[in-house]
Amino acid sequence: MAAYIARRLLAAIPVLFGLTIIVFLIMAMIPGDPATAILGSYATPENVARLNRELGLDKTLFEQYVIWIGNLFQGDLGRSYTLNRPVLDEVLERFSATLILAGTSLVLCSVFGLLAGIVSAVRQYGWADKIITLLVLVGISTPSFWLGLILILIFAVNLRLFPASGMYAIYGGSDLPDLIHHLTLPALTLSVVATGVIARLTRTAMLEVLRQDYIRTARAKGLSERKVIYKHAFKSALVGVVPVIGIQAGFVIGGAVYIETVFQWPGIGSMLVTAISTRDLLLVQGGVLVVAAAYVLFNLFADVVQTLLDPRLR
Amino acid sequence: MKKILAAAFASAFLAFAPQAQAQTPPNVLVVGQIAEPKSLDPHAVTAVNDFRILVNLYDGLVRYKDGTLEVEPSLAESWTISDDGKTYTFKLREGVTFHDGSPFNAEAVKFNFDRMLKEDHPFHDTGPFPLSFFFSTVEDVTADDETTVTFKLSAPYAPFLSNLAYPTGLMVSPEAVRTHGKDFGRNPSGTGAYKFAEWDANAKMVAVRNEDYWDGAPELEALIFRPITDANTRIAEMLSGGLDVMVEVPPDSLQQFKTDESFTVLEQAGPHVWFLILNAKEAPFNSKAARQAANYAINKKALVENILQGTAEVAAGPTPPAFAWAYNEGLEPYPYDPDKARALLKEAGYNGEEITFYVTEGGSGMLDPIAMGTAIQADLQAVGMNVKIETYEWNTFLGKVNPGLEGKAAMAEMAWMTNDPDTLPFLALRTEAMPDKGGFNSGYYSNAKVDALLEKARQVTDQRERAALYKEMQEIVQEDAPWVFVANWKQNAVTKASVEGFKLQPSFFLMLQDVRKPQ
Repeated sequence: MAAYIARRLLAAIPVLFGLTIIVFLIMAMIPGDPATAILGSYATPENVARLNRELGLDKTLFEQYVIWIGNLFQGDLGRSYTLNRPVLDEVLERFSATLILAGTSLVLCSVFGLLAGIVSAVRQYGWADKIITLLVLVGISTPSFWLGLILILIFAVNLRLFPASGMYAIYGGSDLPDLIHHLTLPALTLSVVATGVIARLTRTAMLEVLRQDYIRTARAKGLSERKVIYKHAFKSALVGVVPVIGIQAGFVIGGAVYIETVFQWPGIGSMLVTAISTRDLLLVQGGVLVVAAAYVLFNLFADVVQTLLDPRLR
Repeated sequence: MKKILAAAFASAFLAFAPQAQAQTPPNVLVVGQIAEPKSLDPHAVTAVNDFRILVNLYDGLVRYKDGTLEVEPSLAESWTISDDGKTYTFKLREGVTFHDGSPFNAEAVKFNFDRMLKEDHPFHDTGPFPLSFFFSTVEDVTADDETTVTFKLSAPYAPFLSNLAYPTGLMVSPEAVRTHGKDFGRNPSGTGAYKFAEWDANAKMVAVRNEDYWDGAPELEALIFRPITDANTRIAEMLSGGLDVMVEVPPDSLQQFKTDESFTVLEQAGPHVWFLILNAKEAPFNSKAARQAANYAINKKALVENILQGTAEVAAGPTPPAFAWAYNEGLEPYPYDPDKARALLKEAGYNGEEITFYVTEGGSGMLDPIAMGTAIQADLQAVGMNVKIETYEWNTFLGKVNPGLEGKAAMAEMAWMTNDPDTLPFLALRTEAMPDKGGFNSGYYSNAKVDALLEKARQVTDQRERAALYKEMQEIVQEDAPWVFVANWKQNAVTKASVEGFKLQPSFFLMLQDVRKPQ
């Protein structure tokens, strides 16, 4: 197992390396440059040239990349032009906020998705199944940024049960209850689509397993229905569902871009949006690198879990 | 299972209910900003969003008089200008200290300008200083004694004083720059009414009352600036009680706040002008008649009332009325007159050839550029102009427009916000300001008389004399119509009704020194 994990980690290095080149090239291809973005109306060619020189952007793209990758090996991701602070500080701070949000959402969508899928499969064509299928359809089809605004409107503006934005109260607070209080609405919003996807998949996987001979055998032996479903059926169904949860982790981090913007969550998604619009190349580069690395790790983790669940894969 | 879940939810709701009333504490003002500040080093930033914070932490040698764009003494008590307009001598206020305890004196002033302007200054690398060209005419700064400082300019430059009142002219503590180096922008120290206390990245920036403020300590204990980039979220936060003040309210929501008694809505015209650059080098707008036709054809009143929903006023000429002292009150906006436009187009020999119109998707001061561009296209089409719109993202758009419109487009949207009536016309309407000479005259307007007036207005330091020159310039430019003059934006803000003494300034800065919020 350790060798497998090491092999997978090594394989991730060229992927991440290629990614940094692609990001560099994309950022170079989109029109506009940081100096123009910073100077706005005052972006005369003369001012732009002077600022580019001071920002070290008058070098060729290749030189810039070589400098960047050289610094990377020393653990230095450079300094953001727009924030005037080290990229690493900003990216780590932002990424931990995203991890809290995306991690919570992932737990929520796994729990609710699996439960809904099981109930739906066990009560196939029953009322519970119909209601869950309908909710799942609505959940998958609802744009999450819209849902976020509606939840803000109901729970923050009208009922005043939850704050409308931010991660901690701006005075006092900063403890765990305060965090949960701020986390509830964005985490729920972010988990809705993934919950739907996981519920659908669990339902299909469970239905397939429940028709297998060994389930009939288990029932024939006189095992309780609860034991049949959770011990026998669910465990095999889970093998098919776990990699999808791994993929959903990627979607949840991607979806965090909207949700973080709507809820002003200080995560890496909203950071990337701003960094791209201000052409802050190093910040984009650092952010993408961290998100991609996390995605690789999530998938690796999902694969490991799957291997542990399914003896055939060992 | 269900019961457990239900119980868990119920207890969660109850647990949070008491602290859920997101009310802001008394004597603390929470301001909703549109973005995270880039830096709190006033010389390193360019955005109004950052200026709103900085003018509360720092003072300049001079500042804008309340409610105007005219300068008055601040850290400098008085000044004299030499007859040739090239030497400015300032007498500094005595006994002022920076928040870090170091003294404010002539040496400190010299340090501030040398850091920005001299590439060999030991702290020049704490930049870059994107707007340092505001002071590009400054040749030398000397500290004559503790409280006297002299600026030598390379040429007479009348906007110098109003540039000093701009945030780029705010005074930072040399001691703090020496201590923090490149991180000064996150550890700021000035002389302002509020002292920097805490910056929690992407969540809040806190400043507390400066008890020793030379102009009288403010009544508020603290200011908290919160960055909330999404306009809808900002509104929700305001409605749910998490903000005391919010700026840049979208027009749609302004009405809602106006009808709600728990809020106060403020509006203030500023030094902003929204216009269309017309390409005077190529047909059809190489003809003055065609340029005037465009001005007559566009229904500016409808744009301002329907699309901008009253958040702007119709512009009459190149200079915004907010520059009250330099604004020509006699100018009337071009009336909406499609028939006259048709006649003028005929006179210009235009026969429905297709013309390209550059429209931006957004951008600083651009208001609602796509909707406005579409309405303008429809108005021009109604008088027989065949307008094709090309839309670009802001940075791309600037990259297309700033180098000049020749061979690419007949017209382009543009907006400017400036601090002196000199800036925009000098950079965008002079023959010497054509794109190939490093200026913003992207439509290639050229009128020797306008050039002369603008040059002269830089050299005379008497405000009344300067004003007369600008007024004459506005008349000529309006008649020549190098642009379609469309709108002057009014900035707005909403406060809770409990906030007292809050005012908006024509400079668009947020001066919070005299604000109170007892409850």
